[in-house]
Amino acid sequence: MSVLTKSPEAFQPSYGYTFGGELVELPGDIRMHRIYPEGEDTDLSSRTVINIGPSHPAMHGTVRMVVELDGETIVGVDVIPGYLHRGFEKECEAHTYHQAIPYTDRLNYCSPLINNFAWCGTVEKLFGAEVPERCQLIRTYMSELSRITDHLTAMGAGLMELGALTPFLYMVEVRDWMWEHICHVTGARLTQSYGRIGGLARDVTDEWLDRNTEIFEKHLIPKLKQVHALVDHNRIFIDRMRGVGIVSQEDLISYGVTGPCLRAAGVGLDCRTYAPYDAYDRVSFDVPIGKYGDNYDRYFVRMREIEESMKICRQLDPMIRATNGAPIHAEDARMVLPPKKEVYSNIEALMNHFKLIMEGPRPPKGEAYHAVEGANGELGFYLVSDGTGMPYKARCRPPSFVNMGAIHLMLLGSQVADIVPIFGQINMIGGECDR
Amino acid sequence: MAVDPDKVVQLGDARNGNIVPANYGGDDIIEKAGLENNVWATRMDAVLGWARKFSLFQYPFVTACCGMEFMAVSGSHYDTDRFGAALPRFSPRQADMLMVVGTIVHKQAPVLRTVYDQMCEPKWVVAFGACAVSGGFYQNYTSVPGADKIIPVDVYIPGCPPRPETVLDALVKLQEKIQASRHIAF
Amino acid sequence: MSGNETPELSPVLAAVLEGLGDTVLAWHSQHGDDTILIQPADRATVAAYLKDTESLAFDMLMDSTAVDYEDEEPRFEIVDHFFSTKKHHRLRLKCRVPEDKPNAPSLTPLYGSANWMERETYDMYGVVFDDHPDLRRILLYPEFVGYPLRKDYDKLHEQPLFESRYEGVRETDEKLHPRVGVELPIHGTEVPR
Repeated sequence: MSVLTKSPEAFQPSYGYTFGGELVELPGDIRMHRIYPEGEDTDLSSRTVINIGPSHPAMHGTVRMVVELDGETIVGVDVIPGYLHRGFEKECEAHTYHQAIPYTDRLNYCSPLINNFAWCGTVEKLFGAEVPERCQLIRTYMSELSRITDHLTAMGAGLMELGALTPFLYMVEVRDWMWEHICHVTGARLTQSYGRIGGLARDVTDEWLDRNTEIFEKHLIPKLKQVHALVDHNRIFIDRMRGVGIVSQEDLISYGVTGPCLRAAGVGLDCRTYAPYDAYDRVSFDVPIGKYGDNYDRYFVRMREIEESMKICRQLDPMIRATNGAPIHAEDARMVLPPKKEVYSNIEALMNHFKLIMEGPRPPKGEAYHAVEGANGELGFYLVSDGTGMPYKARCRPPSFVNMGAIHLMLLGSQVADIVPIFGQINMIGGECDR
Repeated sequence: MAVDPDKVVQLGDARNGNIVPANYGGDDIIEKAGLENNVWATRMDAVLGWARKFSLFQYPFVTACCGMEFMAVSGSHYDTDRFGAALPRFSPRQADMLMVVGTIVHKQAPVLRTVYDQMCEPKWVVAFGACAVSGGFYQNYTSVPGADKIIPVDVYIPGCPPRPETVLDALVKLQEKIQASRHIAF
Repeated sequence: MSGNETPELSPVLAAVLEGLGDTVLAWHSQHGDDTILIQPADRATVAAYLKDTESLAFDMLMDSTAVDYEDEEPRFEIVDHFFSTKKHHRLRLKCRVPEDKPNAPSLTPLYGSANWMERETYDMYGVVFDDHPDLRRILLYPEFVGYPLRKDYDKLHEQPLFESRYEGVRETDEKLHPRVGVELPIHGTEVPR
């Protein structure tokens, strides 16, 4: 091992934070951030370096952590992502704006609709276009459904990793009901690709909304009650989650952490409130905030967010029914495909359709950044357009990647048994972290 | 018979891309003894096939979105426990079915190979999802076009992600394959 | 890239332009996103100014990436998105670095999120950040040669870590049930990519 940088200043930003430490180089291009909890002259011979991953039982994603242990305490860590880097940006540069929508599904694959709508929203921003009201309402509704499924997946897997196998089965069962139901309108259980630039793939019916309310009443609410009853006051759960993985608010903000991880620390930052997009300004909902910022708070913030999402859906339900029959596509021939009847009967629509499919929608030259509240934090897309139908640059601002940049703050000083719960509560989704 | 040192193959040797399962070998002995169509050998094969197919211990090598469908298949709606393939074993030494779930990228390829090599025979590999089958719709500098570029695959499950019924159908096909293959060795 | 259709500036952009003066080479507010262009050498000082000024309070580096304009000189444009958790406003900061010397000061002393994001920009584009404590590849493996998001990197150029084995059946199946009749080649059946 060779020590690369030893100065504490290298790790202390201007507002100052707790540990310094040093960067130690290990073979295999690993640079471990090592700390000395007792002091500089600690005996290093009692420490062991172990490798966790990239294929590991934690069901959240494939990431590798090289961890140095002193007994059970973690005194050195290097987090190595990239084991699912699939080249999203390079693929998007080779496809049209329409063709890139399935790639966005696979970013945060637990909440694919949020990704779709974020991408479509960014392209619409490049065009300077607005979608009609019914489309906004449905997009909001579907985003909240996606948020519910993401939190169910995250919490189910997170609880299973602690050994609570029953809540996993309950949550996966509810998630399956919701997926089947979303499949009825979008056509797919998981990678829905439902958003279109300027609108949606197809419309929803009142019966579909009825069934959704039924799923909430019959399946989601009872199962959430059961999970809360099993876990909330469970001695083992509290012992494993309380006080674990605490980071100060200033550190979290400096590391760009957003979403439930930041809200659990007490910072009420939610894209849907300070910069409402779609129909979020027409519904009222609370933003749950935690007190201590530990694992227990992150778990509880997510569970409360499921209930808030249900609240939003209940408010949107009559609004969507009221706009029955309204268009779901913007009146913009630059980006919306003309109706098939027109395409088959007149030449202008045929040419429009042809150009949009073959070349893609061509926004004016420029750049735009549009951010939505993803399930893990702020999901942003930065698109640079050069006037052609394919993006010149398609950047996804991934909340999981940035949240993982801060995980070493939570791991250093904790126990080895806390790695999996912390990793689970951060909810790193591999597709989004590595893209 | 004289042993030709060049032709000696280590049982279970997986280096140099030359996968030799441990129950390979002995075909010539079986032929010599005239046992290949012997009722005793085929009954033993049937019994071992029955035992092995209904006690599959999977190693879910989960990387990407298909992992969510894998969780759904293991859940209560589409239960893999009914087929005897419920318990995932998170150590390759204790597993006999490697499910490659999700995209394999070049950074992950040596890891997949190591995990496969660590498994003991008999072992089967299921490529779950379009990305594991052929690379899916990722065709770029980083995606491996299919897990079978790295390890041999027994059953391919198409779909992006496959519906859980497809996965169960593939599980049944794998069980048929296990039932029908040669198990005993001398 | 200077000036806009609507002549009035947002308060954030007005305050930034007034505070920075000549450091700003150009600005625009296209689609409502306030953007300023600066020299790369000023990147850290401008970020410190944005962070420490009370009225701006940009305490979060939301995103940091680069764009490859391969037909222009300087070639790479480093793009940073700043966000203020207190005032809820955003700013985009850009600077251009040339291909022969793609260096820019790092923002890691100011923002923790710059650590991983600048590593990714280095990994994908080859832009080097001075004073970064740990500049190495993050999403790709150390044996990878080249910077894939550059426009001159062929999308299909793979760099596998070991030779892929043949596609097809397992050896045991081939031995037990050999193909009879036509000798089919196993290697080389794939479509050239």
